[in-house]
Amino acid sequence: MNAAGQWIAFATVARREVARILRIWTQTLLPSAITMTLYFVIFGTLIGSRIGEIVPGVGYIDYIVPGLIMMAVVTNSYGNISSSFFSAKFGHYVEEMLASPMPGWVLLSGYVAGAVLRGFMVAIIVLGISLLFTRIQMHHPWVTLSTILLTSIVFALAGFINALYAKKFDDVALVPTFMLTPLTYLGGVFYSVDMLGSPWRQISHANPILYMVDAFRYGLLDISDIGLGYAYAVMLGFAITLTLVALHLLRRGVGLRS
Amino acid sequence: MTTTPALDVVELTKTYASGVQALKGVSLRVEPGDFFALLGPNGAGKSTLIGILSSLVNPSGGDVHVFGVSVREQRSQAMALLGLVPQEINLNPFEKPLDICINQAGFYGITRAAAMPRAERYLRQLQLWDKAHQTVRSLSGGMKRRLMIARAMMSEPRLLVLDEPTAGVDIEIRRSMWKFISAINRAGTTVILTTHYLEEAEQLCRNIAIIDRGSIIEHSSMKRLLAKLDVETLVLDLAEPAEPVATRLPEIAGIALHAVDALTLEAAVPRGHDLNSLFAALTQAGIVVRSLRNKSNRLEELFVRLVDNGKGAA
Repeated sequence: MNAAGQWIAFATVARREVARILRIWTQTLLPSAITMTLYFVIFGTLIGSRIGEIVPGVGYIDYIVPGLIMMAVVTNSYGNISSSFFSAKFGHYVEEMLASPMPGWVLLSGYVAGAVLRGFMVAIIVLGISLLFTRIQMHHPWVTLSTILLTSIVFALAGFINALYAKKFDDVALVPTFMLTPLTYLGGVFYSVDMLGSPWRQISHANPILYMVDAFRYGLLDISDIGLGYAYAVMLGFAITLTLVALHLLRRGVGLRS
Repeated sequence: MTTTPALDVVELTKTYASGVQALKGVSLRVEPGDFFALLGPNGAGKSTLIGILSSLVNPSGGDVHVFGVSVREQRSQAMALLGLVPQEINLNPFEKPLDICINQAGFYGITRAAAMPRAERYLRQLQLWDKAHQTVRSLSGGMKRRLMIARAMMSEPRLLVLDEPTAGVDIEIRRSMWKFISAINRAGTTVILTTHYLEEAEQLCRNIAIIDRGSIIEHSSMKRLLAKLDVETLVLDLAEPAEPVATRLPEIAGIALHAVDALTLEAAVPRGHDLNSLFAALTQAGIVVRSLRNKSNRLEELFVRLVDNGKGAA
């Protein structure tokens, strides 16, 4: 398959993923809108007004906006690819792609592109909702956009690997429940890691989501606990490692070819 | 000058992680333009073989070449030449037939502009165009099977592999499917078919292989194979007899005759043996024959015999 053919195959997989996201928007886009609205009402307006400022000059509701957007990006990019690819496996229609000339890396890219686009869609939705509660001024647009891009790529790849190993739908639900949710809540969405004492502050630095939230908060609000260089190193490191792992598993046919 | 075979299977082995040895050194050759039957009882290894040649199953040893291209070494190039209609329905229930066909073309690097008229042509030919915009879950089983054929044709493959494509399909739809596939074959596409409807295989296919317990036990032309049938079993339906036939069955040289029930006889007649002696002896015994038919079609009789012999040898 030549480069033009690979591009068409990639666009086909990505377009099919976007069509799926839009077809079942009540399952893919609406839940984040409702959940995040509740977060803004409860933690931002009701409780946030009593908390005051975590960082001087930044209200609590402003402080949690980047974290909540990242929380939506993480769960949606992961959930999109893990449920879509596992459904294709479960229903055996993944064979349409496996028995085609499309190389594994094109298949992976198409699915990741779909998950990244869902990540951006929910980021825009949650940002739009946040503007109903507060005024946010984007300080560093490229940092903001690149952080969403890298975060959604990392979690799309993780979701893909989960779907490869999953044998039943329960296996797809386990990781978000027992890993993603705790890591997200402990990733500085609602608080600054500087508020933590030792050893919890040091332990928190082992959490990759902390770096993503911090970089995104820097992009939106120009405040950071960690430093941009570390955050990009972690995001790029995870993205490269997970890409190599996913491609290796695809080459070996793990979970796909008996 | 030798032509490159459409399919060349060389010493193919497959042992699953469970230890089951599904293929034990299978070698097979299918010529370009052939309509080839791959037959075998359930669990013989047919689907594993098809899984390997469509790259859905990793072989343990050996290789498969599609028009000279190795599935192991050049998977992408080999798959571009092959279309697969699998045994199990593997369609996304929430997608529409037109989208499924166009996406399938996309996986092969075919543009949407080129795919659209192709999808319309195949969906029309398979009487699915009026369902093109309905979701798959609203289609009947027969429609889904035809959609899988349309989907496989989107890349216009040189080799089309059909794994029991008519399973559970009514006779009318089955005939229309065979008409379509025969036309595809006449237009130059090599077709490999597995089916449990042996009369279909006998009518449609020019060459045949029979696989049993992971090994090829027969590989020849249909004509040559059918010529091996040395005895045909005929079923005779009788008129209501005055007394039980079993007690007055005549002895006929070369023909083994036995009563199945009060109104049915079976006669095993050697190839080339005339039937006059059979009818003369029955008439003399006062047995009136109302109708006569083959117990099974010729290929079925041979198939059962070959597979049974294999069991005996095992």
